[in-house]
This record gives sequence, C-alpha cells and structure tokens, in this order.
Amino acid sequence: MPIRETFWNIPHWAEIAQYIAALLTAILFIAGITRRVLRWRRGRPEKRSGHFWSRIGSLVTQVLGQKRTLDEKFPGIMHFSIFWGMLVLAAGTALATIDWDVTHLFFGFQILKGSVYVVFELMLDLLGLLVVLGLGMAIYRRYISRPARLQNFPVKKLAGDDTYVLVMLAFITLSGYLTEGLRLAVMRPDWAAWSPIGNAIASLFLSLGDPTNQTLHLVIWGLHIVTAFGVLISLPFTKLFHIFSVPLNIYFRSLEPAGALRAANMDGGMGVKEWTQFTWKQLLDFEACTRCGRCQDVCPAYASAQVLSPRNMMVKLDDHLWEKKPRALHGEVVLADELWACTTCRACVQVCPAFIDHVTTFVDLRRHLVDQGKMDQMLQDALSNLGRYGNSFGQSDRMRAKWTMGLQPPVKDARREEVEYLWFVGDYASYNATLTDVTRKTAEVFQKLGLNFGILYESERNSGNDVRRVGEEGLFEMLADKNSQVLSRCKFQTLITTDPHSYNTLKNEYPANGNGRYPVLHYSELLDQLIAAGKLKFSKKLGYKVTYHDPCYLGRYNGVYDAPRRVIEATGCELVEMPRHRERGFCCGAGGGRIWMEEKEVKERPSESRIREAVGLEGVQMFVVACPKDLTMFRDAVKTTGNEQRLEVKDLIDLVAEAL
Amino acid sequence: MKIAVPIKFVPDLVEELTIDPSGTALDTTWLRLIINELDDHAVEQAVLLKERGGGDVTVLAAEADGVDDFLFTAAAKGADRLIKLTGDFSTADNHALGRAFADVIKELQPDLILTGVQAHNDLDGSIGPLLAEYLGLPYVGYVAGITPGGDKVIARKEYAGGLVAEVEVKLPAVLGIQAAEQPPRYVAYSKIRQIMGTAKIEERPLGALESGGGVMIERMFQPEAAERATMLEGSPEDVADKLVGLFKELGTL
Amino acid sequence: MSQDIFVVIEHLRGQVAEVSYAMLAGARQLSKADNGEVVAVLLGHNAQGLAHDLAADRVIYVDHPALAEFTSDAYQIVLAGLIQEHSPRAVLFGHSSIGMDLASSLSAKLGIPVVNSCRTFTEDGKFVSQICGGKIMVEGALPAPAALATMIPGGYKTEQGQSAQTPPLTPASAAGLDNLRVAVKQYIEPDTSDVDISKETMLVSIGRGIQNKDNIELANELAQALGCALSASRPVVDQGWLPTTRLVGKSGKHVKPKIYLALGISGAPEHVEGMGESETIVAVNTDPNAPIFNIAKYGTTIDMFDLLPVLIDKVKQAK
Ligand SMILES: Cc1cc2nc3c(=O)[nH]c(=O)nc-3n(C[C@H](O)[C@H](O)[C@H](O)COP(=O)(O)OP(=O)(O)OC[C@H]3O[C@@H](n4cnc5c(N)ncnc54)[C@H](O)[C@@H]3O)c2cc1C
Ligand code: SF4
Ligand code: SF4
Repeated sequence: MPIRETFWNIPHWAEIAQYIAALLTAILFIAGITRRVLRWRRGRPEKRSGHFWSRIGSLVTQVLGQKRTLDEKFPGIMHFSIFWGMLVLAAGTALATIDWDVTHLFFGFQILKGSVYVVFELMLDLLGLLVVLGLGMAIYRRYISRPARLQNFPVKKLAGDDTYVLVMLAFITLSGYLTEGLRLAVMRPDWAAWSPIGNAIASLFLSLGDPTNQTLHLVIWGLHIVTAFGVLISLPFTKLFHIFSVPLNIYFRSLEPAGALRAANMDGGMGVKEWTQFTWKQLLDFEACTRCGRCQDVCPAYASAQVLSPRNMMVKLDDHLWEKKPRALHGEVVLADELWACTTCRACVQVCPAFIDHVTTFVDLRRHLVDQGKMDQMLQDALSNLGRYGNSFGQSDRMRAKWTMGLQPPVKDARREEVEYLWFVGDYASYNATLTDVTRKTAEVFQKLGLNFGILYESERNSGNDVRRVGEEGLFEMLADKNSQVLSRCKFQTLITTDPHSYNTLKNEYPANGNGRYPVLHYSELLDQLIAAGKLKFSKKLGYKVTYHDPCYLGRYNGVYDAPRRVIEATGCELVEMPRHRERGFCCGAGGGRIWMEEKEVKERPSESRIREAVGLEGVQMFVVACPKDLTMFRDAVKTTGNEQRLEVKDLIDLVAEAL
Repeated sequence: MKIAVPIKFVPDLVEELTIDPSGTALDTTWLRLIINELDDHAVEQAVLLKERGGGDVTVLAAEADGVDDFLFTAAAKGADRLIKLTGDFSTADNHALGRAFADVIKELQPDLILTGVQAHNDLDGSIGPLLAEYLGLPYVGYVAGITPGGDKVIARKEYAGGLVAEVEVKLPAVLGIQAAEQPPRYVAYSKIRQIMGTAKIEERPLGALESGGGVMIERMFQPEAAERATMLEGSPEDVADKLVGLFKELGTL
Repeated sequence: MSQDIFVVIEHLRGQVAEVSYAMLAGARQLSKADNGEVVAVLLGHNAQGLAHDLAADRVIYVDHPALAEFTSDAYQIVLAGLIQEHSPRAVLFGHSSIGMDLASSLSAKLGIPVVNSCRTFTEDGKFVSQICGGKIMVEGALPAPAALATMIPGGYKTEQGQSAQTPPLTPASAAGLDNLRVAVKQYIEPDTSDVDISKETMLVSIGRGIQNKDNIELANELAQALGCALSASRPVVDQGWLPTTRLVGKSGKHVKPKIYLALGISGAPEHVEGMGESETIVAVNTDPNAPIFNIAKYGTTIDMFDLLPVLIDKVKQAK
C-alpha cells in the first residue's frame, strides 16, 4: 500500500538535528515577528476593530482570492501561482509533519497512506509546478522585461532582497523536486507515477545507480531543509514578511468612507514630525508594501514630473523605521516637494494590492509642513485668503453671488426662505470669471425644471475639502464651522453642489459638525434622479460622441460613476470610455490643493495626458466633465496641447441645457 | 535686542469702498479692517531679527476689529509681548496714534522700533517718523533689510530705480519697513488657537483720542469716470484685433 | 509769516529726482492762491549746479559736507531751522524715500500739520490727495497758517517744473550738524546688465494677475512678437519671476514708453508713479474697478489668459 515514508534515508542524527533546527527557527521567527510588532506599537493608537465579519470577508477575497492582485493579468497570475503553490506546498509539509510526528508517533496511524497519499503526492507535485511557473514569470519580469515600476528603488539594498526571495523560493521548490526524484529513483515504488514530475526527475538519475543517488538525496534533502529553515528565519527580516503584513493590513483596513479624513494629530505640533507620531496602522502600511509599483504606475504626480512616487514613499518610510542612525523624517527621508506633489487623487490607494492608504500618510506629513509654515508663496496666499475672505481668490464675500446678477427670477436666498434644494455653489463656480457662465447655466436649468432651490449668498465659505488635504486642519475646522452654522439655520431638504470636492467634505466630513441630517447630492445624481422620476425630459437627442472624465472626488472617493453616465446617455449622446475610467480614472492634477500651488517643471501635465488620451478615441468630439475645476483644467489643456479644433470641453450641464 | 512694533489696521481694499452721506469719510457699514500690509512685514522683520540674534519683540496695536487675532498670530510667529491700546479711536489720526504709541513705547525702552513705512490711509503723516520725533529718535524709512551691529544697525534703504543705500543708524531708532527680508510667514490656525491659551494681550485703556494732525477733509470722492479708459468690448478676438490696430497706428508694430 | 511755498528739492548722486519738478509745478499752482513765491530749497555739498533748471522764483541753497548724501537726521536739522526762520506758507516734499523721511517728523517737531500723498492743488489752494491705493481722493483746505505736504507724481508733468532760466540762488548756512545719528555707508547699484526698460518704446508689463512663473512665458512670447521688453509690477519681481531690473514704479524704474501694456496690474500709486507718464497706457484687467483704468487710455476686462494666445497670433500675423 502506498504510504508516506517520512525521513526515508535520513539518519537518525539528522532527524534529531532537524527538530532542533526547527525549534531554533521557531524561536528566531517569533523573535523576528515580535520585533516588527513592537515597532508598530510605538505608533500612536488608532481604532481599527469592529466589523469582524466583513474584515474576514476581505481576507477571503483579497488574500485567498487575490482579487485585487489579479486586476493586472501578468503580475496577477504570477503572484497567484506562487501564492497558491507555496501555500499548498507549505500546507502539505505541515500535514506530513503532523502525519509523522503526531498521528504516527503518538497514535500509531498515518493519514497519508493508500489513495489519500497518492492524491496528496499528485497535488503537491502539480502545485509545485504552479510555483515553478509563477517564479519563472517573476524572474522574467524582474530581470528580462524589467518594467520601470520595478526599477530604481530609493533604498539600494532592496534589489538584493528581491533577488534573495526569488532565489530562495526557486531553490526550495527545485530542491524539493530533486529530493523527491532521488527518493523515487532509489525506492522505485509502484505509485511513483502519481508524482509525474518527481518520477520524470527520477528517470534522469536512474543511471547514476544507488549509493550515489542515496548520498545525493541526503545532501539535497539537507540543503532543502536548511533553505526552508533559512527562509522561515529570514521571513520577518525580508520582503517575505509581506506574507504576514499584507493580510494584517487588509484585515485592519479602514472601513470608514474614503472621503472622511482622520482628524490631525495635535500632540507635539500638528501632523507628523517624527515617525512615532504615525499611528500603528500607518506603520503597518509601510511594512506591508511589497514594492510592486502599481501605485507609481497610476500616479499623476509621478507621470507628470517624477517628483513623487507613492511606491518610493512607502519604501523610504519603511526603511526609516529601522534606520540605525535615524535621519530627519522631514527634509531627509521625505522632501516637501514630494509631499506637495500629491493631488490626493487616491489612484494609488485604489490599486494597491496591500491596501495601503498613502493619502492619509501624506496629509499627516503635510500637516507638519503647514504647522511650520513651510509652503510656497501661492499656497500661503491662498490659505491666507481663505482665512480672511473664505475663498481662495481673495475677493470680497459680497462678490460671491455676483454671478446671479441678471437671473430672472432672482435666485432664492436660502437663509431667508425655505427651499427644497440648498445649492452649495463653491468657490470656483462662484468667483472664477470663466466659469460663471456655466454656473449661471446650471441655475437656469434648475429654474426651467422648476426646482425650488436657493443659495447661501455671502454666507457660504469654501467648503474646506482641499484646505484639509493641504494639511491646514485648523482652517478647515474654522470653515466647516462657519458653513455648518449657516446651514443649521437654514430650512431645506437636500444639499446639492456641482463641485465634487465640496460634495465630498459636505457628505463625509461635515457630519462631524452635526450636519448629517440631510442628503447631499452631486448635481449629476440630482439630474439622474430627476430623469428617473420623469421630471426631467429631453426634447432633443444630441447625438454627439463624447467621453466622460471621472472627477476623483466623485468617483474614487464616493463611488458615483453611473449617475453622470446615465445623464449623458439620456441626452442622446454616445459615450465612449477612455482607457482610464471609473476606478481607474486619471486625475486632472488640481486636487488636494494643487490648484493653489506653484507649478513646477513638468514633462506633461496630468490634464494634458488626459486630453491626449481622449483625443486618441475615434470620433469623440466632446470631453464632458462634472466639476468646475475640471472645466478650467481641461479647457486649458486642450489649448496647450493644440487640440482646440479637435475636442471641446463641456460641462455636464451644457449637454443637459442643450437637450432640454 | 529689544524690538517694539507698533502696527495699524486699515480699510481692506478688497471690499468696494463707498463714501458716507457726509461726503467726507468712508462708509463704515461695509468696511472691513485688515492689517496694514507693511506693518505685517515689520512684524516679520522683527521676528527674523529675534530668530537670528535673540531678543524680545513687543507688538502694539490700537483696538480694532480683528486686532486680537492679529496679535495672537504675531505671538505664534514669535512675538513675546502683545499690547493693545483700548479706547475710542474713531477720530484718532496718525498724530494722535503716534503720540499714544510713544507714551507706551517710552516705558518699554526698546532698542529698535520697526513699523510699516506707510499705510494707504496716512493722510496726516506716517506713524514711523511721527513716533520717532515724539520719542526724539532718528528715523530711516523705506528699509528692506537690517543688519544689527552693537549699538548701531545697518539698514538697507531703497531709492527709486533700484538704488540701495546702506545706512548706519545709532540705536535706539525707528525704522520704516517697506519689505521684510522674507515675505510674512504663514501661521497655521491650530498654532494660533494654541497660543490663545497661553499668550496674553495686555490692555492699555487710553480713553478717547482726539485728532491731532490738523488736516480737515472737505470732500472725499472716487476718481472720476471722465478720466477713465475707453473700454474695448467684444470677444478676445475682437479685442486682439483692436489692439493690433492700435499698435500699428501708434507705430510700435 | 510769509506766503512763500517751499519745495524741498530731492536729489541723489548728482541728479534731481523727477518728483521735484512736479512739486515745483504744484507749488506754482499753490502760490497763485496766496501770491507767494516758489522757493526751491536745495541742500547738498557742491550741488548748486542742480538748481539750473528749477522753475522756482529763487533758490535757498545750503551747502555743508554733512549734506553730501541724504540723511534724514541732517536734513531735518537744517530744514527745521529754515522753516522756523522763514515761516513759509507751505513746504512740499516728495512722497518718496527722501521726503517721507522728513515731512512727518518735521510736522511733529514744529507742530505744523502735514498732508500726505497730494497729487494736485486746486486754484483756490486746496490739496487733492490720493489715498486707499488710488481708490479714493480727498480734498481739503491746506491747513493754515502753515502746512507741510508730500506729493506723489502724476498730477503735474515734469516739464511744468522745469525752466530754461537758472533761478537766483541765496546761500544759507547750516549749523548743528556735528552729532548725527544717521550716516550713509555705501550705495549698492542696481544691476545694469539687463535691458534698460526706461529706454524702450513699448513695454509689455505684467502684474500679480499673471499668477505664476510659468505664465510669464506667455507674456514673454507677446513681448517677443512685438519686439519689445517685458517689465513688471512689484509682486512679480518679489517672487523672483523677473529680475529687479524689470521693476516699474516707485522702487523700480520710471518709464515713459509710447505704449505701456499693463497685464493684470491693478494700478497702485507706487506702480503708477513709475509709468503714469507713458504716452498711451493700455490695461488688461478683469476687475472693472481697478484704478489702472483711471490712467489708461484703453482698457479691457477680458481675462488676459483668454486674450494673450489670440493676441500673440494676431501680432505675429500682422508682422
Ligand atoms: C514703498 C513702496 C514701494 C513700492 N514700489 C513699487 C514699485 O516700484 N512698483 C510696483 O509695481 N509696486 C510697488 N509697490 C507695491 C504696490 O503698492 C502694489 O502692491 C503693487 O504695485 C501691486 O501690484 P499688482 O498690480 O501687480 O498686483 P495687484 O494689486 O494684486 O493687482 C493684480 C491685478 O490683476 C488683475 N487680474 C487678476 N487676474 C487677472 C487675469 N486673469 N486677467 C487680467 N487681470 C487679472 C486683478 O484684477 C488685479 O487688479 C510699492 C509699495 C510700497 C509700499
Ligand atoms: S493620491 Fe494620486 S497623486 Fe497622490 S500619490 Fe496617490 S496616485 Fe499619486
Ligand atoms: S504601496 Fe502598494 S501598490 Fe505601491 S508599491 Fe507598495 S504594495 Fe505596491
């Protein structure tokens, strides 16, 4: 009967030695893990408990199912193969150990015998092949096709770490096969065919004859075991640690709305000056990064000028935690230019297979810069203006509603009379001279639809969304406070806005100010609802071929992807998607306060890259946006890329107004 | 070095200015007051000097809407002492204000007094030189840089055309700042809030201040429309065409 | 007590500052109201030659080695003496780095009111002063019996204060100039390696409205198409976007080109001081209330970023 002969050909001393080594390995392994855990515990507290089952759920889909990893084909399949292959091999080894050292030793029976055993052998044999396939792909990727995102790490020694992991895994797998092959070559059991690969290897060695093969087997087994223990010992010290840190990071991921930023640390100055001011979860983030570079590939800041790579930031921060001679976090480890380059578009967070939240970390670091008053003059002016006048334009608040002049009937003052919809207009739509036409058009559409709406006139302040992301928490609080006070005095049912940035903070962050009583709708959602309810009917089918740009704060932050698309289609336009759309939408470059900062030398502005992407679509005439800032960004980009004749930038409301 | 910085609030020009029915003063209903920009530079310069060579900075202001916030901001930047003159300043002109400042500054005995070289509503003279005279100190204005050196300072005084004179001034002295060596820094709100808990504004009640400059306004008005430019209307294309025509006509094209 | 109008002549490094001529013109206007003489007060050392083109009825000239360079200390001592001795009806100073060091202190010292930033004087001897960054004008009787005033340029043309005849010169002596507290150590010359914007026939000038460094390129393109130089208001220079040699205004150059195209410049008095005498000022500014429109001949409220690309194309075509 087929039966697992563990420790065949292994002298007794070796068997004993193996167990001693295993014990030592376990000690070192635990010490290594403890070292990491103790480091995280030096971070500040943060609550990440609760929602046990949904957390377990993400472990199933994201760890076992490798869902996000599989979003990209080649690396996805590569990792999936290694992951599952290794997992099963490791489980197999564990089973064999139990089989031999527990059930056999103490209870005198073995599970791995008969048909169970041959199936076990077949499984391991084949899954080993999966590992070989995955490792082959990995080696090809890392050393032959060499995609940019796997190159140029800011910490040089990491290239060695990557190689180490590949070599060790390859060695374990190959030596495992060899051991098996040699064993089969010597023993030639009847069931050898159940290990097709091992058997094939065995046939290669047959000619060498017995004592040689037996010795070879012992040697290679020895190496296999030593490597395996080596890998286990090194696991907490190398990239392999991601096997632990990533599932933990996935388990502890934030389940709060993406649009609600954590309040700033105020202990020892605002934000994060030294790494111990990060929360433990942020430290875990750094340790979970596998340097896969997916984030770098989607980062608009990286694409435009290479100043900021979210991958490099994680790598540098992780390295910083372990520095023997700690450098200064600000200025030496991370540079202000890197921090300011982030548009907080969240593309990196969306693709990271380790579920790292880069944006929160960057904002915490920016908070320190703001605390120190270190920022460029333009941003400083914008913040001063926001503090003094409530808008970044430095204009009088009495000019805020100037755009309503001439509208008949006059736009209602929501502070004086009850309205159904309170329209939070936002700075850009109110003050930017080139946008007020569109703002007025939006009001006219609302009027034609008979909506009972009003605005806050000079009582509106900048919503503070981007102020907060710049890192000026105190100013955000002040703005949010002022807006909340006015809002709480107004009678209305629904808060609406055309600005995704205001939308985000009003919806996700103002509840903290006691303003969660009413629904907040983006105008695309409102229009979509009106269409669905039959209250908005179009008289024309426009028939344009258009594409649509997902604003980061509407899409990725709040998951509003379908409403604007349905509205576009309802106007009778044909929607052609750009390659980067929905969750993968590419930022215009203005978010996170970037619009208030000086523009540094760039290769290609994100907005220009986006316009070129749209121009690449057959026959698309219009580039539709649903954000006032987008309108300015892309109108400009159409000009600077020389595509004025080719592509027209339109606001969603333009289509609606035309089709009415 | 002990530095005193008297500052003043002025009408914010961002707001549309209107003239009250008397026709001799600004309508105050809509008036927003804001720190005189050059005084803000003076505070910055004082803090810079303190940061470089040590010292003690006192900021003094007359009561006005928003002055407390400004004083706390100054403290967050590094000012050590905040003094607010309280009373009725509605009719106080710069002569009166200068005298009031002089009385307080006499007690402080500073080595250096920095203040903005001018404010946009200085009709009856500027604070700096008035103060200097009341205190019997030398005054140098249009200063954009200071290097201390014992009982003297070297002030970089700007003249038209970009000419700069390095002027040696014996201390104590009053300098009129036209620009700090770096633009006034930004102070995070959280810092200001924090300092509000610890810093104290010393109040000096002064009662009502009478005007002392002797300048009477008979009429206040906005520059007349008759002097205004001919406006070119139309689309950017139209305007560009008109401009090109104009350039040709005047022979520069 | 006399009805004479004193004008404190400003000069630096052997050159009379332009504002001095505007003051002489203003003094002439004032003198008509009270029938006094226009008296130029010239302080210096070996500087009597500077008096040759002053449109004054006479010149009081004080020569002293301590007056070789302007210092507020020495000037104040001498002027206080002269004013007390002659009791003029009014003394005019420039609203400048020189005059502003003197007028207010003398007002406090002598107890004579001072009126700042006068632009013109009326027939009947009233001052018209510009405040609030050029947005507000105030008018009032010149305080009596004596007054000091600082003058901003723009109200009178330089030629009005110049004369082909050298006015008679009365020397006066100076005393008490021994223990001065202020001394000039050295001058730092402005950079002259760049173009001299005061010699250009046309200037494209940019202000804070240009927003950021990158946009300068756009303005530069226009300047190049027009074959002229780029100049700027102070914020642009302060940001380091253009060198100080391109600064127009009180602390920069005074320019008088045929065409001064102001892009995104509000027209603050300090800026206008440097370009107000340009032949034709064209202003592009989105704010219809910007004071620049008060001195411009032509204006438009179109956003310069909408205008510039079109204008550059059209200028290129027109060539
Ligand atoms: C002692 C002293 C000396 C000084 N010396 C000088 C000097 O030599 N030279 C000088 O220039 N200043 C000088 N200043 C500064 C002066 O007071 C003003 O602050 C400065 O001139 C303002 O510059 P600006 O007009 O460019 O900026 P702002 O006053 O900020 O005006 C910007 C203008 O641009 C317009 N704008 C904005 N966007 C657009 C757009 N897209 N299209 C069209 N228009 C737009 C706005 O409506 C605004 O009117 C001095 C100040 C002091 C106190
Ligand atoms: S949020 Fe956007 S800009 Fe910032 S690092 Fe991530 S991808 Fe880059
Ligand atoms: S942060 Fe995430 S996406 Fe970026 S390199 Fe690390 S693991 Fe990959």
